[in-house]
Amino acid sequence: MAVLTPAGRARPRSAGFEMGVWYLIRLSGLALFVLALAHFSITHFVSDPAEQTSAWIFDERWGGLLWRTLDWLMLQMVVFHAFLGMRTVVSDYLKGGWRTATLMVLYLLAFLVFVLGTVAVMSVPGGPVA
Amino acid sequence: MLLRYRGGPGMLAWAFHRIAGVALWAFILLHVLDIWLAAANPGLYDEVLAVYASLPGRMGEALLGAALLYHALNGLRIIALDFWPRLTRYHLQLWYASWVVFFLVGIPGAYLIVAPALGLPGLKG
Repeated sequence: MAVLTPAGRARPRSAGFEMGVWYLIRLSGLALFVLALAHFSITHFVSDPAEQTSAWIFDERWGGLLWRTLDWLMLQMVVFHAFLGMRTVVSDYLKGGWRTATLMVLYLLAFLVFVLGTVAVMSVPGGPVA
Repeated sequence: MLLRYRGGPGMLAWAFHRIAGVALWAFILLHVLDIWLAAANPGLYDEVLAVYASLPGRMGEALLGAALLYHALNGLRIIALDFWPRLTRYHLQLWYASWVVFFLVGIPGAYLIVAPALGLPGLKG
C-alpha cells in the first residue's frame, strides 16, 4: 500500500527499491532544475546556436575540464531522471509481457545513451581522449 | 489514462507534466546523438547545427524550452507539496504562480530564441 501524497505519485510505504526510485526521481529533478535550466540558458541566451560549431565546442565550451565534468554530471542525472520517468509511464500503460519487453528496451536505451554521452563528453575531434 | 479527464488543475498539471516529460526524453536521445557527432564527425555535426539555427529549428527550440520550463516549474511544485504536505492548502496559488513564472520567463525567452532567424533585435544585436 502506498501513502497518498497531495501532488506527485504516492510515496511507496515500505523502504526498498520503489522508495529509492521515488526519492531518486525527486533528487535528480532538483539537480536538473539547476543543471538543465542553466544549460538551456547558456546555449540559447549567453551563447547562440548559430555559433556553436564543432570547433566552438572544443575550443570554448569544452576547452577546460570544469564544463566537461558538469555536463557529465548532468548526463548522469538525465539518464536517471528521464528513464525512471519513462519507466513509470510505461508501467502505467502496459502490463505483463509487453511491459517487461518494453522496459528491457528502455533500459538498453538508457545504457546506450549513458555510454554514447560519456564518450562524447570525453572526446576531442577524432575520438575519445586517451 | 491520459485521455480520461477527471477535471481540475491537478489533472491538467499531471497531463502536461507527462507530455512534456516524454517529449524531453525523446529530445535527450537526439541531443546525445548530435553532441556525440561533434567529435565523431564534425562536418556532419555542423550541418545538423545549421538546422538547429534555422527558423524551424529555433521554433522547435522555443517549444523545447517551453516543455523544459513547464516540467521544471511543475516538478518543483510537486516536490514542494510532497515534502511539505501542509502547503497543499495553497496548491491553487502554487499552480497559478507557476504559470505566472512560465509566461514571464517564457515569452521573452521564446522571442530571444527565434529573433536571430527573423533578423529581429536580440541579445547578439
